[in-house]
Amino acid sequence: MSQHSHGRDDSAKIADHHHIHSELPSDPALRVKALESLLAEKGLVDPATIDAWVEIYESKIGPRHGAKVVAKAWVDPAYKQRLLTDATKAIGELDMLGGQGQHMVALENTPGVHNLVVCTLCSCYPLPVLGLPPAWYKSAPYRSRAVLDPRGVLKEFGLELPEHVKIRVWDSTAEVRYLVLPERPAGTEKLTEEQLAALVTRDAMIGVAKVTA
Amino acid sequence: MLKDHPHHHDHPRAHSEVPSDPALRTKTLESLLTEKGLVDPAAIDAWVDAYEKKIGPRRGAAIVARAWVDPAFKARLLSDATGTIETVGFLGREAQHVVVLENTPAIHNLVVCTLCSCYPWGLLGLPPRWYKAAPYRARSVMDPRRVLAEFGLALGEEVEVRVWDSTAEIRYLVLPERPAGTDGLSEAELAALVTRDAMIGVAKVEAPKEAKA
Amino acid sequence: MNGVHDMGGMHGHGPVAPEKGEPVFHARWEARMLGIRRGATFPSEVNIDRWRHIRELIPPHLYLSRSYYDHWYMSYVAALLQSGWATAEEIKSGHAGSGTAKRNDAMRPDQAWESQKTRGVFTRAVETPPLFAMGQRVRARNINPSGHTRLPRYVRGRVGIVGRHHGGHVLPDSNAHGKGEAPEHLYTVAFSMQELWGAEASPHDEICADLWESYLEPA
Repeated sequence: MSQHSHGRDDSAKIADHHHIHSELPSDPALRVKALESLLAEKGLVDPATIDAWVEIYESKIGPRHGAKVVAKAWVDPAYKQRLLTDATKAIGELDMLGGQGQHMVALENTPGVHNLVVCTLCSCYPLPVLGLPPAWYKSAPYRSRAVLDPRGVLKEFGLELPEHVKIRVWDSTAEVRYLVLPERPAGTEKLTEEQLAALVTRDAMIGVAKVTA
Repeated sequence: MLKDHPHHHDHPRAHSEVPSDPALRTKTLESLLTEKGLVDPAAIDAWVDAYEKKIGPRRGAAIVARAWVDPAFKARLLSDATGTIETVGFLGREAQHVVVLENTPAIHNLVVCTLCSCYPWGLLGLPPRWYKAAPYRARSVMDPRRVLAEFGLALGEEVEVRVWDSTAEIRYLVLPERPAGTDGLSEAELAALVTRDAMIGVAKVEAPKEAKA
Repeated sequence: MNGVHDMGGMHGHGPVAPEKGEPVFHARWEARMLGIRRGATFPSEVNIDRWRHIRELIPPHLYLSRSYYDHWYMSYVAALLQSGWATAEEIKSGHAGSGTAKRNDAMRPDQAWESQKTRGVFTRAVETPPLFAMGQRVRARNINPSGHTRLPRYVRGRVGIVGRHHGGHVLPDSNAHGKGEAPEHLYTVAFSMQELWGAEASPHDEICADLWESYLEPA
C-alpha cells in the first residue's frame, strides 16, 4: 500500500536536524528562552499569545469540566444514555469540545468492567475535559506498562481490582479521545450535582482511580 | 512474569550519582576491586594482552584459508565446526560452540547479535564498535542489503541473504568465497587476504591487486 | 516507524511513580513551550501527524532522557530547520540573522480561545463503505513502515474483534508525509491480553486500539 511506504529522505533529513541538540546547552530553560526570542524577532509568535495559551491551560480548562460531565451523567439517566451513545454530541451540549477532544467516547466503569486510558505512542489525552495530562501519563513507565500489566499499574495508584473484574485498556492511537465515566460511589444519593462533581478526580476519569465519597 | 520486579529499579539510581566520564569510573572501580582483593591488576593486564595481541581475526583467517585449500578440512568444518576448530586449538571463551556458514554465489551469510553483542571472540578477537551498536543490531535483520550497501557491498537480487541472529551461545563464522585469480597463492598468502569483515559477512574477500598467475 | 516511542509492552522503564499534587507546569519554560506550540506559526506541512513523526525521529537517547516539553522544543527546532525557517546559527544564538524580514501574521492573544475550540477535527467523509463489521475478527497486519504510522508493534499480526466504527478519519501514515489526508474508516479493535502477551497473561483483560482500515485484514 503506497500510504505505508514513504520518502526515506524527509525522515532522514529530519533525523539529521535533530543532531543540533548535541550542540545546544542541556538546560531547557535557556533554550526555550532563546527560541521564544528568535520566534518573536521573526514574527512567528506573539509573546502575549503564549501568555493567553498558558492562561487557558492553567485556569480555563481543566478536570472540573470532565467532572461536570460525569456528575451530570450520574444524576440524569437520559444524559448518561446520550453520553454513552454519542459522547461527542453529549459533551458538545455542555460546550466542552475543543482541540484534542473533538471526537469523544465515554467509557462506563461498572462493577464488572474497569476502563483505563493510555497513549502508548505519545501522549494523546482529552485536553478540553481534563486539561493538560500529568507527567506520569506521558512517561515511559506508564506508556509501556499500562498495556502490559494494567493491574500492576493500578496497584501503584493504590487501586487493587478483584480478579473477576475485566480491565479494558484503551490505547489512544487515533484522534478519538476517551473519558472514563467512573462508578458513582455508594452513599452519595443525597448529594447535589455540584457536590458530586467535586468528588470526581482527574485520575478517576483516566481510569487509575475510583471516585470515593 | 509480566510484572517488573521493583527491586531492579534501585540500581539505575547508582548510575546517575557517579561521574559521567567512564574513564574515571573505571579507574575508581579497578581501585576498589583491587583493595577488596576481587581482582588482581596483573590479571587485567594479561587479559588485555590476550585480546590485543594474541587473539584476533588471524585465527579465523587461518581457518578460512585452510578450508579453501583443503576440501576434506572444509567438509569437516561445515559439518562440525566445533570439533574441527578444536583440532586446530582455536576454541576458547565466546567460541565454544561454533557453526561455519559457507558463502556461495547463490547465498550470502551475515552475522549479528540483535539482543546484545555476541561474537566469536576466540576466532575473530573483540568485535568492532559498529557490530555492537544500535544501528547494526536494529537494521541488519530488517534491511540487510542496505546495511551491506553501506559497507560498499552490493549483492544481486538473485543472491539469497541469510542473516544469523546469535541469540544463543552458538557463534557463527562466515566462510567467505575464495576470490578468483588466487590459484597460485599459498595458504599463508590466502589467509592474509581474509578480512574480519568478510568473516562477519559485511564484505567479500578481494584478490590482491597484483594477482599471481 | 519502529522507534523507541512505540513503547507498549516494553520492560525496564521503572515504576510509574505519580507525583502527588503535581502542578500544571513544573517550570516556566514548560509553559512557554506549550504556548509556542499552540500559538506560534508553523510551516504549513507540519500538520499534527508530521509533528508526531518529527518527535518520533528524536534520537533514542534524547527521546528517553529529555522531558516531555523538551521533546516539543526539539521537535519545533527540527521543523524550523527542515523547512528553512531558521538556521542552526539562529537557533543557537536566539537571534534572527541580519536582514530577516519580520512576519506580521502570528496568532493574536484574542484568537487563542477560538483556536482551542475549533481546531483539531479529523473526521472526514469516506466514499467507500466500511470493509469490516462490528464483531468481526480482524488481524492487525504485519507492516513495518519506516515512516509514520499509528499501528503499534505490540498488536501487529494479532487477532482482535471490531468493537466500534468511527467513520472516516485522516490517515496519519499518509498525512505525515505530504501525501494528503487519504481518510479511511477507523475502527476500535479489542485484543485479549493473552492474544498479545501469551498464555501467562490475564485471561479476561483486553486492550482496545483505534486502527485504520489499511492496518487490518480479515482473520
